[in-house]
Amino acid sequence: SSESAEFELAVPLEYHNVEGPAATSATATKEELLDVHAMMHRIRRMEISCDNEYKDKNIRGFCHLYDGQEAVAMGMRAAMTSRDNIIGTYRCHALQLMRGDTVSRIVGELFGRAGGSSAGKGGSMHFYSKQNRFWGGAGIVGAQVPVGAGIAFADRFNAIAEGASRDGPFPITVAMFGDGAANQGQIWEAANMSKLWHLPCIFFCENNQYGMGTSVERHSSNPRYFTQGGEAIPGIRINGMDYLSVREGMKWAKSYVERGQPLFVEVVTYRYHGHSMSDPGITYRGKDEVKQMRETKDCIKLVSKRIVDSGWASEKELKDREKAIKAEVAKEVELARAMPLPDAEELYTHVLHNETPKFIRGIDIGSSRVA
Amino acid sequence: HKVALREALNMAMEEEMTRDKTVFLMGEEVAQYHGAYKVSKGLHDKFGPDRVIDTPITEMGFAGLGVGAAMNGCRPIIEFMTFNFSMQAIDHVINSAAKQLYMSAGDINVPIVFRGPNGVAAGVAAQHSQCFASWYSHCPGLKVVSPWNSEDAKGLLKAAIRDDNPVVMLENELMYGVEFEMSDEAMRDDFVIEIGKAKVEREGTDVTIVTFSRMVGVALEAAKELEAKGISAEVINLRTIRPLDRDAIDKSVRKTSRLITVEEGWPQSGVGAEIQAVITETGAFDFLDAPPERITGVDVPMPYAQNLEEAAVPKANHIVAAAERVCYRSR
Repeated sequence: SSESAEFELAVPLEYHNVEGPAATSATATKEELLDVHAMMHRIRRMEISCDNEYKDKNIRGFCHLYDGQEAVAMGMRAAMTSRDNIIGTYRCHALQLMRGDTVSRIVGELFGRAGGSSAGKGGSMHFYSKQNRFWGGAGIVGAQVPVGAGIAFADRFNAIAEGASRDGPFPITVAMFGDGAANQGQIWEAANMSKLWHLPCIFFCENNQYGMGTSVERHSSNPRYFTQGGEAIPGIRINGMDYLSVREGMKWAKSYVERGQPLFVEVVTYRYHGHSMSDPGITYRGKDEVKQMRETKDCIKLVSKRIVDSGWASEKELKDREKAIKAEVAKEVELARAMPLPDAEELYTHVLHNETPKFIRGIDIGSSRVA
Repeated sequence: HKVALREALNMAMEEEMTRDKTVFLMGEEVAQYHGAYKVSKGLHDKFGPDRVIDTPITEMGFAGLGVGAAMNGCRPIIEFMTFNFSMQAIDHVINSAAKQLYMSAGDINVPIVFRGPNGVAAGVAAQHSQCFASWYSHCPGLKVVSPWNSEDAKGLLKAAIRDDNPVVMLENELMYGVEFEMSDEAMRDDFVIEIGKAKVEREGTDVTIVTFSRMVGVALEAAKELEAKGISAEVINLRTIRPLDRDAIDKSVRKTSRLITVEEGWPQSGVGAEIQAVITETGAFDFLDAPPERITGVDVPMPYAQNLEEAAVPKANHIVAAAERVCYRSR
């Protein structure tokens, strides 16, 4: 029904120890690319708003921004169903949005408001949506990866208990980590068990070139993260600056993994901001490098170009759409600002599930809560 | 019914796995080897390899994996071959499990049990011989239970498996083979012990001895000796370290006016230290007739040599002497 076109992928998919489709090009419809353009722009505006709000001291603590990496989240979204699971890193605002939350609730969380996604109890690193199968949001580098393998374990375990075939297809789990976390021992611990136990789990390395301020060449003896599974677990490397590449790579990855075969996926991407808000991001990489990435590799520019080249919208029309999204995000930020702070009693809630602790000690004994 | 502690634990797991098919047991050597201490003997044969799972030696990995499975609809029992190895995985016990509910404002709970032998073992030296009650009970979001006898072991483990929150169950290697009498009620498959409730194992009027795990037996032995000396000791078996049964301790101290805490663990920031703080805060302090005393493991890493090891661990005579001191029978 919609117009569609075929687009060349700038970097072909690269495989390790497995035969996959060559995929040098991919088709997309006008509606799809316009939607992706809008969503990527929404993520970027949200993150830029966070940058500003942080500098105005309205956001506290750690705050890791996703701008530059938008194509990764969008490509994952296109390849997965709502039954599939994602567990992410501390750089997780975009994933929460992609899994169905709103800008106002996300920014509300960063503002520490009662109406925030985690009611003001989590902040930047702790977004969750169990019903949308987004499991965080994890503050400890690498720890989310075995947890992700466990989510995959439970899906397989419960499906087989219900009589499903031992060969699936199962819902998949994408356990995300950065290139910095790739050096954590627990990544391999989880991958090893996933291979032994046929878990439908993707070990998904978002390689944005720097673990905090240490470049991959300085922190990894093998920076080809899609080969991390060695002889045991195959891998695929995807250009993470191209939405269509991520979509194609992840579609294949899902079809491979849902049969209970774990896989390493490496998406090669780039973050424009520093590691977190305390990092200007220029002591360990040149300003020119960031500038060049923005000018020549930007994921939104690539989608825009494809839309314009296909005659689906003019540059002016895209700019107008971007302006509208900017205004919409600004409005959502104001909604967040208007949210009340958490009630003081919320300090004492959500310590235990389905029960009120008999006693929670306060700062002094007199301010303790007795059920 | 004479039942060894390891059989009581085995019974608890078998009953709960029969009752609830989302329960599974995972750990090193739990399946084909029947458990390093034979606690899971027969479970692999009965429930098969899908539900009784041998892991690689990879504590951090399988503890984290268990947490993920608990978040997503399973009720895992994660066995640490000993709690000493749980230090490799403590990030997942605390950061991934205990804090998850709070961080997500109630969205994601983690119904998981971490269990295994804890405390002083025999002749295995510093790295394999230590109590983790103080470590884990420090952390909100966790429950920590520690059985003394077979009835405790069965009832607490079943309650832990059914709990919607993460529970650390600290067993004791030296107790696995010890047989205890179990009541008809405790033999039933619906027997559970409420987490958070202490048990008065022996009533007394002159001094309260609060303790847990293997030291309950040592305290009862001391209480017997004290009886011969005309001192009536009340022995409280905590059963749960967190949440601590403040009411039971408070009530007993108000009655006896004297308090001794007993644990194998190190003194600083220990369970005994906490109990003393508790009674100063509940008001039981005003009923004290003597300063409370702590009996603890010596504040050193555990040595290997038998005479040194023996000198590092509390015995009944230490408790007897402390009771005589707080009752002003001796200096």
